Amino acid sequence: MADKKHALISLTRVTKAYGSNEARIFALRGIDLSIESGEFISVMGPSGSGKSTCMNILGCLDTPTSGQYKFGGVEVSHMSRKQLATLRRFYLGFVFQGFNLLNRTTAMENVELPLVYRGMPPKKRKALARKALEQVGLAGREAHTPGELSGGQQQRVAIARAIATTPSVLFADEPTGNLDTAKSHEIMELLKQLNQEQKITVVMVTHESDMAAYSDRIIHFVDGQVADVENGQTPTAKGGQDR
Amino acid sequence: MIRNTFILAFRGIRRNVMRSVLTILGIIIGVAAVITLVTIGNGTTAQVTQQIAAMGTNVLLISPGQRHGPGGAAGAPNFSVKDVQAIEQQINDLAGVAPAVSASAVAVAGNQNWSTSITGTTNDFFTVRNWTIKAGRTFSQNEINAGRTVCVVGDTIRVNLFGDTDPVGQKLRLGRVSCQIVGLLEAKGNSSMGRDQDDCVIMPMKAVQRRFSGNKDIPFIQVAVKSDASTTTASAAIQSLLRKRRHIADNEEDNFRIMDTKELATMLTSTTKTMTALLGAVAAVSLLVGGIGIMNIMLVSVTERTREIGIRLAIGAYEHEVLLQFLVESVVLSSFGGIFGIILALAASFGGTKMLGIPFAPDISIIIIAFFFSAAVGVVFGYFPALKAARMDPIDALRHE
Repeated sequence: MADKKHALISLTRVTKAYGSNEARIFALRGIDLSIESGEFISVMGPSGSGKSTCMNILGCLDTPTSGQYKFGGVEVSHMSRKQLATLRRFYLGFVFQGFNLLNRTTAMENVELPLVYRGMPPKKRKALARKALEQVGLAGREAHTPGELSGGQQQRVAIARAIATTPSVLFADEPTGNLDTAKSHEIMELLKQLNQEQKITVVMVTHESDMAAYSDRIIHFVDGQVADVENGQTPTAKGGQDR
Repeated sequence: MIRNTFILAFRGIRRNVMRSVLTILGIIIGVAAVITLVTIGNGTTAQVTQQIAAMGTNVLLISPGQRHGPGGAAGAPNFSVKDVQAIEQQINDLAGVAPAVSASAVAVAGNQNWSTSITGTTNDFFTVRNWTIKAGRTFSQNEINAGRTVCVVGDTIRVNLFGDTDPVGQKLRLGRVSCQIVGLLEAKGNSSMGRDQDDCVIMPMKAVQRRFSGNKDIPFIQVAVKSDASTTTASAAIQSLLRKRRHIADNEEDNFRIMDTKELATMLTSTTKTMTALLGAVAAVSLLVGGIGIMNIMLVSVTERTREIGIRLAIGAYEHEVLLQFLVESVVLSSFGGIFGIILALAASFGGTKMLGIPFAPDISIIIIAFFFSAAVGVVFGYFPALKAARMDPIDALRHE
């Protein structure tokens, strides 16, 4: 699969354990995974199967107990907290199930936040944030706080926050988990569009096969291990370009 | 980066208006209470000191009665004119000896009346009390010897009975006694006990004895010692003279007492100092309560803040950036509260001292201590929960319940 160059993301025998000694519980029992740039990946599995843990490790929010994690060919598992933060700051974007927006803070300021940490000057920052909000269909809602927006709108603010920095990879942990079907499909269309138009690699955890169907590949987790990899409904549309 | 930190810190303050206001309020109350109470306490001490200085520290107050135990003057005989003369003649280094006989009466002038106290004495009274005549004159020797019904009045009498007209030369009726005003005293203000010193009428002693008290007793003698002489020596000399004159056996206790204003000064000063310390203690409690208030607010919001810090870390903030932001936030809130508290305290204690008629004496060290204590509370409780959260793995901070 990744013969020519190294893959964007590659996990080799990654484990994650919680607790110590006898009380040790393995959430991940040796994951081997490779994700190419520009892919749209869904991770599925029953709850407790380790899919969220895996994504948190991929997103550098959590560190593996053992194994190798290479991002763009660089070993990540031994990086310092600050290096990991730098990685998140410049290459990764996150969309969470619970939105995780700052309360009582306008949509505009929420989207601006990662750009502030990048040290971007205010004018440029505001322009980018506005553009990102437009992209997710929230033009005119810049001054609304999360409390004044619906769930779907809040999730779109979260997506705008994640894409305002044009990350290499967008991680989405059950982005539609709190939304109704119609809203869920809107969000998925948006993710698909970002994947295809901006070539952002998307890694999404979901437990709904409807949503997983939007992706190129579906990785099934069972009991902390990869059980199965299947191709989604539109695998050929982009297959040739990226490989 | 510094600029960004400030932007983020101010956004944080603006977002959490309630929390910010409560924090500021806690600090304001603590700082303002301490500074106000201590300033008022200091003012009281300063005033007592001033008044004692004005009274002169070389005055002895002699009254009949035991020095110790209850009962006061009961049973002990008053002094006589001869006692006063003996003190005048036999004791060295005295600047003045003023006997005092007091009475009270309603003073009437025209259609105004005013209840006041009357003191019968000699011209030495003005020397001993260090009191100058503003208008008119003191008593003549003839008036003193004959006990004429003439009087010198205090400023409060002038204000209440005569208003702006000059009282000197006017008639004043005291109870049934009609009396001619010959002089007006300089205004002195309140005494350290809060009594209006200007509310008085001074008459020759004989006049008061004859017209008001009806006997020749002298219940009180004030003695001024020359400024270069020792009050202790004079006091001891007067004591042995009076013991002799009052036929007190060697094994008996005095049936009179001599109070040195120096002692009085020490006593009053220590009383007001105790009061200031007490006020300070009360204020310290309010500072503490304010601090606990801040602590509560901060701890209650730990969960929310931990999640917020998780979000910030997840989108790429560095630990030190998050910490700096929270530090700036708490420092800004605390100093804002502190400065506001100081302003409020200065205003309140200025008003308070004006109202109580005491000097306004702010103490810079108390202001600094109060400010830094509450600022420290604000910073510590604002910053430490953030410190804890920023050291967590982002995912743990995000999941914090």
